[in-house]
Amino acid sequence: MTRPTAARRSTIDRTQTRAAWILILPFLIVFLLAFIVPLGYAAYLSGFTSQLVGGEVFSGLTNYTRALQDPQFYAGLSRVALFLFVQVPIMLIAALALALALDTGRVRASKAARLLIFLPYAIPSVVATLMWGYLYGNDFGLITQLFELIGLPGPDLLDKSNIVGSTMNIVCWEFIGYNMIILYAALRVIPTELYEAAEIDGANQFRIAWSIKIPAIRQALILTVIFSIIGSFQLFNEPNLLYNIAPNSVGTDFSPNLYAYNIAFKNQDVNYAAAIAFLLGIVIVIISIVVQSVVNRRERNS
Amino acid sequence: MTIKPLSRSRTRIPKRTHSSKSSSLLTVLVWVSIVYFLVPIIWLAIASTKDNSDLFSTFGLWFGNGFHLFTNISQVFSLNDGIFSRWLLNTVLYAVVSAVGAAALATACGYALAKYRFRGQTAVFWVIIGAVMVPMTALAIPTYLLFSSVSLTDTVWAVILPGLVSPFGVYLMRVYAAESVDNSLMEAARIDGAGELRIFMTIGLRLLTPGIVTVLLFQLVATWNNYFLPLIMLNSPSLYPVTVGLAQWQLSASSGGGAQVLFSTVLTGSLVSVLPLVVSFLFLQRFWQSGLSAGGVKG
Repeated sequence: MTRPTAARRSTIDRTQTRAAWILILPFLIVFLLAFIVPLGYAAYLSGFTSQLVGGEVFSGLTNYTRALQDPQFYAGLSRVALFLFVQVPIMLIAALALALALDTGRVRASKAARLLIFLPYAIPSVVATLMWGYLYGNDFGLITQLFELIGLPGPDLLDKSNIVGSTMNIVCWEFIGYNMIILYAALRVIPTELYEAAEIDGANQFRIAWSIKIPAIRQALILTVIFSIIGSFQLFNEPNLLYNIAPNSVGTDFSPNLYAYNIAFKNQDVNYAAAIAFLLGIVIVIISIVVQSVVNRRERNS
Repeated sequence: MTIKPLSRSRTRIPKRTHSSKSSSLLTVLVWVSIVYFLVPIIWLAIASTKDNSDLFSTFGLWFGNGFHLFTNISQVFSLNDGIFSRWLLNTVLYAVVSAVGAAALATACGYALAKYRFRGQTAVFWVIIGAVMVPMTALAIPTYLLFSSVSLTDTVWAVILPGLVSPFGVYLMRVYAAESVDNSLMEAARIDGAGELRIFMTIGLRLLTPGIVTVLLFQLVATWNNYFLPLIMLNSPSLYPVTVGLAQWQLSASSGGGAQVLFSTVLTGSLVSVLPLVVSFLFLQRFWQSGLSAGGVKG
């Protein structure tokens, strides 16, 4: 009796394996063409240096050591670090505060409120940066107009000393709503029993938020942190567009991505650009892994 | 039948009746913060009704001396031989093809990873998980370098092909399929003599619809908003999506000189380009919110 069953099992396995590969293959082919092969090719290119005499010469890790000694690369990274330690916390705390406020169910017209906070997500970053660029404008921008209305001189928000803050504001404006929606959705699926008792006992909403709700949405919070970290390293659209109206403040190395872009398309040094893009990818993957493992360890300990 | 109509997360949402009392303090705080999110959008809508000189001489949050919205719109669509409508069509084409294609590929792949056991499965899964962490823009320059070596740059494929790959979509669909496609249902269909692909097309796709919508919307927004990839891939203005086109106009407007493009045209063009997504957000908000939440709740 066992033998025919075993035979039947193996035909089932074979048809299922075939079906699985038929379903996976289309994705895998495009994935190879537009993901794996480009990465491999970039890795290959990053191993060469083009010289005035002799053309492309294999140079091993020279491009990488050059990047690691390049002050402009570090300038970009240090701005990313500023975003990580200043902009990301502001954005996520604002998103969390709004999500918690809406989740209490005590905000009037909360459905409309949720939608309006989320609305900037529908605006492409190109348009968002364009708009804010006009609002910042020192001679006619709305912010200057508002300052003058109360008799103060308008600040030059596109000045070199303000440009980082101005960029942070644009990114916050774009993504607070998006993060709020993710956190809000996670809050909605916390079983009410978890805090009904606390509410009956008279615990206030802050207490409930701090000791019950926030720990319960830890997974969603981690997700928003990781997305924000990756987003900060990718910073490109906002500085690239602000460059058009404030070239001296933004410069060519505002973010590592902008720097790689300028190397590839203005300096025409594709080998070095490939190395920087690659290095950047590695840094992001490492940081994502570190964040995740720190979080996991902390969870295991608690 | 065990077919559940919509996402599980909706059925899990507890009904809350206890918090019917509203708090004025919270209401005021939340609505004051909404001013921040709305002011730029209101400003843009008002700016689109002004001519170029009113734009610089009148107060930003109120109308100018004349109402020029329709003049501005006709300028947007007639500048450079009406290339703006071409840009809009390109954006729609890139966004729809990428979104539908990415959702289809991710669904098939995620379903297979969740529902079958086969050799190489773990390897495929881990490669895709690793890919989730590689940011799109770090990939853009490598992809450009490869595509330019095979003369694929400055074609529609240069934008569409990378848009078809959504490792996060595969991950999401795998989680979704594992949760919502019942093994016993598949087994029953097998006993009825249905082939594996038929099971996927009839049972799988129906049960996965909410997840598919999620991936579709994610990719739609991502491609609609994409700027970096088309910027480096495309040289011909006739292939630009609207984001790259607007940025080009803005550059030409702010570099002044010949003043070929007016600021009022750039701003009105911006307003026109965001209307489709904003309207779809307002009308399809249930999909948007349940779609995005799937990532947070299950991820």
